[in-house]
Amino acid sequence: MTLDMVQMILVTVLTAATPLIIAAIGELVVERAGVLNLGVEGMMICGAAVGFAAAIETGSTLLGALAGAGAGLGLAALFGLLTVGLAANQVASGLALTILGLGLSGLVGAPYVGLKRDPAPHLEIPVLSDLPGIGRLLFGQDAFVYAGLALTCAVSWFLWRTRGGLILRAIGDDHTATHALGLPVRQLRFLAVLFGGACAGLAGSYLSLAYTPFWAPAMTAGRGWIALALVVFASWRPARLVAGAILFGGATVLQLHAQAASIGLPGQALSALPYVATIVALVLLSLGRRQGGSLAPAALGRDFTPHR
Amino acid sequence: MRLDLVPRAGRSPLAAILAPALSFLAAVLLGGVAVALLGVSPTAAFAAYFIAPLSELWSLQEIALKAAPLALIATGLAFCYRANLWNIGAEGQFVVGGLAGGCVALATQGSAGFILWILPAMLVGGTLAGIAYAMIPAVLKVRLGVSEILTSLMLVYVAELLLDYMARGPLRDPAGYNFPQSVPFDAAARLPYLMEGETLHAGVLVAFASVVLATIVLGRTLFGFEVRVVGASPRAARFAGFSEARLTLAAFAVSGGAAGLAGIAEVAGKIGQLQPTISPGYGFTAIIVAFLGRLSPPGILVAALVIALTTIGGEGAQIDLRLPLDLTRAFQGLLLAFVLGADVLTRFKVRLVPGGAR
Repeated sequence: MTLDMVQMILVTVLTAATPLIIAAIGELVVERAGVLNLGVEGMMICGAAVGFAAAIETGSTLLGALAGAGAGLGLAALFGLLTVGLAANQVASGLALTILGLGLSGLVGAPYVGLKRDPAPHLEIPVLSDLPGIGRLLFGQDAFVYAGLALTCAVSWFLWRTRGGLILRAIGDDHTATHALGLPVRQLRFLAVLFGGACAGLAGSYLSLAYTPFWAPAMTAGRGWIALALVVFASWRPARLVAGAILFGGATVLQLHAQAASIGLPGQALSALPYVATIVALVLLSLGRRQGGSLAPAALGRDFTPHR
Repeated sequence: MRLDLVPRAGRSPLAAILAPALSFLAAVLLGGVAVALLGVSPTAAFAAYFIAPLSELWSLQEIALKAAPLALIATGLAFCYRANLWNIGAEGQFVVGGLAGGCVALATQGSAGFILWILPAMLVGGTLAGIAYAMIPAVLKVRLGVSEILTSLMLVYVAELLLDYMARGPLRDPAGYNFPQSVPFDAAARLPYLMEGETLHAGVLVAFASVVLATIVLGRTLFGFEVRVVGASPRAARFAGFSEARLTLAAFAVSGGAAGLAGIAEVAGKIGQLQPTISPGYGFTAIIVAFLGRLSPPGILVAALVIALTTIGGEGAQIDLRLPLDLTRAFQGLLLAFVLGADVLTRFKVRLVPGGAR
């Protein structure tokens, strides 16, 4: 295997990991604030449909990506109104969001099925992008990949290096105490939910604008759910999240390569690989921290109503 | 301005019925707007969705056939959701139940002599397979603390791929012109029809009996009481000495068994052979049904009929008015969101108060 082939594989792994990174980093912030939004899949697929539609209509990938993020944000606002505003059950509301998102995406995307457009442009720096072995990997990706990594760094910095991040994590661990301190629990949670929605929408638009530059119904194929698993897998830490996403991206790519090389196993067994890998990863992770107790934000999934 | 929730002293039974009804009305109104945006007359769409399916015998039977698996799965899920356990993999348990029961049918294909045991064996096999499949997330949760939400969902994809493999591979009818489906089941392996020459089969009765049974178990037995206490107040349940682990396993067994039974009833009733897909998403739609029915078995029965009506109506509207099927799904998602929001209004008074947000 030559150096360039290794690079090729790494590039595909990174592209497969990018939508997971973007969606999961948003959900990480939401869960750190103590809210469990299971609607990632719905927001993602809406982002994919709306993003593609907007890109076709305006001819601009950037506007498409923004529209996709906006679609995720809109759905997240509905979720936030229900769960943060009205203290409705978070699990059920998230499922409602998923079903609603799948339906809406089908409605929005219907006129655009079968259309194609050029994938998002890749970075092109003279000399650097052509470096053998690492050029394409480091300097030849599209903007989404860099945005995903920048987003991860920004979130990591915000959560652990700013006062706002400290407050957000405190709210996620104990909403009653933070409320008693006079901190705006519901306001911050709502903002976190909106951020998570925008990220999920952006991740979805990456799928339809760069990964496979067309729209197909249900094209997210469970990636939203894998992003959710990834947040648990990463024990709510951004750096581990990137590592996990690359692992899962690797599993997806491995499955594609193995299918192409027809290694005797039935195709269905290989398609099941990412899902089985998710379960195995969750099991291994919990085996690893048997003594330490749960790492989850303590108030995760609990609803909050301020009483005096 | 800020939104304040003031807890209500008691929960009025009237509000408990009004809340889902008003949510339904609101969702219908918004659906009407969406239909108008798609360029179709809302009244015509309303007639196609809610009136036309009720006017003919065949569509009434279709509604009952769609409502039966939904009610059965949702009733099982109610046990989990009441106890704050989140099994969202009923779709997978449904598929595995259908596959296992179907394997029994195929293994006994063509047997002569006393064959009355075959159908009960299929139903039991499907139920047990559903239970076994639901035990995976339940045991992982109890023993290792792994989130049941994610594991149960991931297992859905695995189950679907397993059925796909079996129906295209080992179980394919060798004389079936390469169609990806099994041999048609013998008559002894089919649920009997309730009326001569019609489509309604005995699976509807199985579902109805299960809902009645669940009503009694949930309302009148110690197990049902434990489920309700754990959901309403986990702390009180711990003081009362209820074992959380045992309850988790039991609730998952109930929901997995119900989904598995629904799966084999669908295969032995409507389909009559194994195919790569046997469910149009019953396991997921049942989640809506469970919440729409406020997690009580009688309510679930009504909700299942309503959702089945909109689904059959949606299929009719697709043919007659060219309305996309996604509209039905968006409507159902919106309906669930409204029901969940309205539920809050029965527990709290919502006040808009001037002042900063908190």
